[in-house]
Amino acid sequence: MSGAIVSTEQLSCSYREGRVLEEVSFQVERGDYVGIVGPNGSGKSTLIKALLGLVTISSGSASLFGTSLTGFRDWHKVGYLPQSLHLVNPVFPATVRETVGLGLLSLKRFPKRLNRDDNDKISIILEELGIYDLEHKLIGELSGGQLQRVLLARAIVNDPELLVLDEPTAALDPETRGRFYAMIADINRTRGVTVLLVTHDSGAIGEHASKMLYLDKKILFYGSFDEFCCSPEMSSLFGEHSQHLMCHRH
Amino acid sequence: MNLLEILSYGFIQRALLAGTLIALLCSVLGVFLVLRRLSLIGDGLAHVTFGSTAIALALKFYSVMSLLVTMPIVLLASLGILKLTEKGRLSGDTAIGLVSALGISAGIILASVGGGYNVDLLSFLFGNILSIRSEEVVIAALLCLGVMLMLTLYYHELFAISFSDELAQVSGIRTSFINSILVLLTALSVVLAMKLVGIMLISSLLIVPAAGALQLARGFKVCIFLAALQGCSSVLIGIIISIMSNLPASASIVMVNLLFFAAACVIRRLIYPSRSN
Repeated sequence: MSGAIVSTEQLSCSYREGRVLEEVSFQVERGDYVGIVGPNGSGKSTLIKALLGLVTISSGSASLFGTSLTGFRDWHKVGYLPQSLHLVNPVFPATVRETVGLGLLSLKRFPKRLNRDDNDKISIILEELGIYDLEHKLIGELSGGQLQRVLLARAIVNDPELLVLDEPTAALDPETRGRFYAMIADINRTRGVTVLLVTHDSGAIGEHASKMLYLDKKILFYGSFDEFCCSPEMSSLFGEHSQHLMCHRH
Repeated sequence: MNLLEILSYGFIQRALLAGTLIALLCSVLGVFLVLRRLSLIGDGLAHVTFGSTAIALALKFYSVMSLLVTMPIVLLASLGILKLTEKGRLSGDTAIGLVSALGISAGIILASVGGGYNVDLLSFLFGNILSIRSEEVVIAALLCLGVMLMLTLYYHELFAISFSDELAQVSGIRTSFINSILVLLTALSVVLAMKLVGIMLISSLLIVPAAGALQLARGFKVCIFLAALQGCSSVLIGIIISIMSNLPASASIVMVNLLFFAAACVIRRLIYPSRSN
């Protein structure tokens, strides 16, 4: 358990309308790329939010980097990218450079200040993601794909060891979505960043993710894609056709 | 009376100095409040200030001494709004409405029990910056210094929570602590602003400069600078117009502020036609 980047034990969460997650236990190892899939209302986003301390856990436990969530302080090790459309106020007056700079705050002590080195880091990440020419644009002036790359830059500018993405491509067209997934896969391969990605796009994620977690309040499957695609249990659960659809791009 | 003559009077110098300091505070805080959709907190706290001023006057605390009563009550009310929002399953505007209703009704009852609206209470309702005393200017300057220091120290945290509470939290920022700082600083500024524009118009000092700056700003720091510029200019121009035209200072300040806002909207349409839809 101590070597796991993410670990949950019998984790349950409830909202007013009832239980959303039931006794979820799993571990994510360093360097894994885990795709979390499942139908609407299956608790995918709640699981992510519970792991980040954004929703209250009703029972069970969760830990990051071997530390229980309640005592976890190393937030600079975590990068988070939520669904951008829900996040950004279109009239917010921040430039792309200012927005990406927010990602460095987790590394700073009080009083938090950004210095010249930080500005260099921002420039490098903007270059890497191909958005340097947008640095002075306001975030409200960006297209969906550009905004997603800016928020990704914000999430990885502090060199996190774990990158958590919650349906980051929901508002993107298929072509931009494909490029985005490839970018995440590249970050996972070249930087060794552990990735936890919530998506509806189970087929596309098969191309890149090393593991798949199928959630419907409980974990129905957690393992490699090969295991998923060869699993007779999954065939009987989803039907062979659906299983084939999920697996054909893997 | 020409401008130089006007500026030579001590009471006008005091009004301009205190007014500029208070406008600076309110306009900078206003940017954070507007972006966090807490714009109307100024109104709510102003109504609590009315109630607490009625208590102060009933207890025979006049002028500067009234701050000893109003300040703690308004600070507590600001935290109450925050707690109602966080724990009471209420949206920000509903929590503000509840606290606001409590403040204004308590004020009306106390004023009625105390023999009706006296001159002091009316001056708090509509503001009377030209009657500001030297000790009130000193208090305004000290509080302004304190609030600006806190804003400087917590600038990045305030920027982060204004952008997104969720992202700020995952960056290790204690969002409820920073939210508390924001509403407490707002409460202090509202109590100060009461003398400048009165309880009825306080929220305009918080909202209008921020709304104007948002039309033109290309960057968060630029937005804060533009809001401060609009807020301070409105106070200076508004006070001078009020003296030259024998109009109420509070309403003149707010009208100038609104004219700046309208001008900012027109300029935006001319400079950035693509952002105007």
